[in-house]
Amino acid sequence: MASRVLGTALFRSGFTVQDAPKYGAERRGAPIFSTVRAARGASEGETINERGIIHRPDLVVVADDTLLAIPAAGTLQGIDPDTVVLVNSRESADTWRHRLNLQGELLILPAGSEVEDRADLPHIGATCAGAAACLLGVIEPEALTTAIDEELGPLGEEAVAENRENASAAFEAMIAHRGIVTEGAAVPAKDYEPPAWVELPVDDASIAAPDIRAAANSVQVRTGLWRTLRPVIDYDLCGKCWWVCSTFCPDSAIAVEGDKPVIDYDHCKGCMVCVGICPPHAIGSIPEYLAQQREQQTIEEGEADGTDPADR
Amino acid sequence: MAPTLLTGNVAAAWGARLARVDYVPAFPITPQTEIIETLGAWVDSGDMPGRMVTLESEHSMLTAAGAAAATGVRVFSATSSQGLLHAMEMIYTVAGWRAPFVLVNVSRGLASPITLEADHNDVLAARDSGFLQIHCADCQEVVDGVLLAYRLAEDPAVRLPVMVNLDGFYLSFTREPVNLPDPAEVAQFLQPFDPGAIRFAASAPESQAVAVLGGSPYSYFRYETHLAAQNAVSVYGDIAGEFRERFGRERGAVEAYQTEDAEVVFFMMGSFATKAREAVDRLREAGQRVGLLRPRLLRPYPADIIAGALEGVSGVAVIDQNLSVGQGGVLHTELSAALYGREGAPAVLTSFIGGLGGREISPEEFYQMAAVTRQAVETGVTPPPRLLYTETELREIRKLQSVALVERDETSPRGGAGKPPGEEDKQ
Repeated sequence: MASRVLGTALFRSGFTVQDAPKYGAERRGAPIFSTVRAARGASEGETINERGIIHRPDLVVVADDTLLAIPAAGTLQGIDPDTVVLVNSRESADTWRHRLNLQGELLILPAGSEVEDRADLPHIGATCAGAAACLLGVIEPEALTTAIDEELGPLGEEAVAENRENASAAFEAMIAHRGIVTEGAAVPAKDYEPPAWVELPVDDASIAAPDIRAAANSVQVRTGLWRTLRPVIDYDLCGKCWWVCSTFCPDSAIAVEGDKPVIDYDHCKGCMVCVGICPPHAIGSIPEYLAQQREQQTIEEGEADGTDPADR
Repeated sequence: MAPTLLTGNVAAAWGARLARVDYVPAFPITPQTEIIETLGAWVDSGDMPGRMVTLESEHSMLTAAGAAAATGVRVFSATSSQGLLHAMEMIYTVAGWRAPFVLVNVSRGLASPITLEADHNDVLAARDSGFLQIHCADCQEVVDGVLLAYRLAEDPAVRLPVMVNLDGFYLSFTREPVNLPDPAEVAQFLQPFDPGAIRFAASAPESQAVAVLGGSPYSYFRYETHLAAQNAVSVYGDIAGEFRERFGRERGAVEAYQTEDAEVVFFMMGSFATKAREAVDRLREAGQRVGLLRPRLLRPYPADIIAGALEGVSGVAVIDQNLSVGQGGVLHTELSAALYGREGAPAVLTSFIGGLGGREISPEEFYQMAAVTRQAVETGVTPPPRLLYTETELREIRKLQSVALVERDETSPRGGAGKPPGEEDKQ
C-alpha cells in the first residue's frame, strides 16, 4: 500500500513510475517489501527498464524496526553512504546508527507509543509514504493526498480521511529533512565488480533434495478451526453400524469408541460427507458459529450456577 | 488516452475487456488471481458484459474454455504454474480441436521445491501443445498482447488457441504506466469473432467430438496443426504491422534492441529482458557494441526472423530463465537448432541459466555475460553452460542445510541420515 501511494504521488508529480510488492509464502508475520522507482521525463515517454529489487536504493523505509535484526529480511541490502534510511521506531537515530554501524544518513519516524501489537499498527503504509514523499522533496503535499484518495478510495471516506491525516502528519514530521534523498547513478559497465560466480558441486541427494522431514505433527494442527458447518450425531437415531461414517470420513476424524462413533472436532473440517452417507440419517449439521455460541452459553450458565462445565 | 498505472494482471484483464470477450471460465492461483478478481468485479458491476464462471479446477476450466470456443464465442481464461500443469491434458486436447481462444499464463516456477516467483518452465511445458505463445516484457505489452493474440487465434489461416505470457511478480504485481487503447479503435482492430465453419445454435443443438485414429490420419491432423502454427509467423507479422499503424507501438515477432552493429547480443525472453535492455545502454556508454534480441513470439518459432537479426553478430549470450533438466536451457537449444548450418550465423552461442524461481540477475552479471561471450569470440573457445549463482548464495544454502540437518537429527524418529556438506571428506 505504501508503495502504491508513493508511486501514484510520484506519477501525479510528472514522473514515470514503477512500483511493486514482493513477498514469499503468505503467512502472518512474514516480512514483505515493496519497491518504487521513478524517472524524470514521463512526457518524453521515458521508460524504466530496471525491475525487481533495487540493487542500490536511494531511500530505504523500514516500517517495522524488528526487521532490521532479521538477515533474511535484507532491509539494508545494497545501501551505500549516500542511501537515506528511515526507520519507524521508538529508539533514537544514534542507537540504530550504532547498532547497525551505519555511515550514511539514518532518520527516525517516531513510532506511536500507544501501539502494543505491531500487527495492529494503524495506517503505517500511508504514514511511511507520507514521510518518504517529504524526504524525496519532489512531491507536493497535494499530490500525496490525491494519491491517498485514489489508492484508498474504495475503502471508504473514513479510511481515506484517517490515512490522509497520518500521511500529512508524517510529511510534516520530516519537513526539516525535505529533499534529503539524492538520485543515485546507474551501475557503470566500466570497472565494475565482476560477480563471484561459483560452480555448483554435485551434492548427495540426502541434502540436495528439498525434502523437509520432521516428527509427525499433523495431530497438533487443529484443522477443525476451518469448519463452518458442524456435523452432530444424534445417538438416539444412530444405528451403531459403527463403520459407515468413520470409513467415509476423508480426514479420519470419526473414531468408533466402544460401540458408537465419536467425531473429533479438533480435526473435523466440516465437509459433511458423514451427514450425507449415514444410513439412518442420524447425523445432522448446524452452523459452527451457532454451535460455538451454544457452547459458550452452556459454560456461562455453568459458571453462574457454580457447576464445572466439564462435569456436564 | 493518458497513461495510467496498472499491474500486469490488471493490464491482462483490460485486454480481455477491450476484446469484448463473451465467456471467462476461471480458477484462481497465485500470482494470477488478480486477473480474475478484476474481471469478476467488472462483470459484477456490469462494466463488462459476458459470462464468468468459476470452475472446480484448471482441468475443467480449460475444457470449458475449449468447449465454449468451439461454439463460436470469444473466450478468455488465465492460469499459472501448477494450474497450467493440472490443465495439461486439456491444453493438448483443445489445441487439437482448432478452437481459437486466449489463455493468459502468469509465469511462476514449478514444484518441487515450491516457489511463487517467475520462471518459464511452466509456459514451456506447453511448448509442444499446439497453443501459440506470445511473451510479454512489460505491462503495456500485456494488454497489447491479448489483443494481438485474439487476432492471431481467430485468423482463418491459423485457428489455434494462443497463450499470452507475463512473469509473476515482475509484471503481475508491478505497476507501470500503461496506455489503454481506445475501445473504438480496438473494435476496429479486433472485429467480432467470425467463427466461419464453427457454428452452434442453442435452437439446433449438435455434438462435437474427436475420434480414436490410427497413425496415418493422426499424423495428418497433428501435422495440419503444425502447418497452421507455421502460417502464424507471417500472419502475426501482418497483424503486428496493422497494430503499429493503428496504435503506434512496435510489436513484431522479435524485439531487436541495438542489434544493428552489435558484436555481442543478449538473447532472452520475458520481463527480465528489460534488465538486459538497461545493461545494453550501460555497455554502450562504456563503448561496447552490445544489443538485445527478444522473441515475443515463441510459438511459432520465428527462426528466419531471428537468424536475420543475428546476421553479422559474432557472439550471442543466451539467457534461459528455464531449465530442461538433463539438457540445459530451452532457448539455447532452440536457437542452436535454428542457426545451425546458416551462412553468416554467429560463431559463438554461450549458455547461461538465470532467474530460476525469480532469482534476480544483477547489472554486473549482464556485463560479465557480455564479457564472457566476447572472450569466447576472441579465443574461439566457448565455455560450458553456467548457472548464474554466486559464492554468497552457496554459502547461504550451506547455512540453511546445516540448520535443516540439525533439526532432522533432533526431531526425526530415525535420526539424521545426512552429514553436513564436506563432512564426508574429513574422515
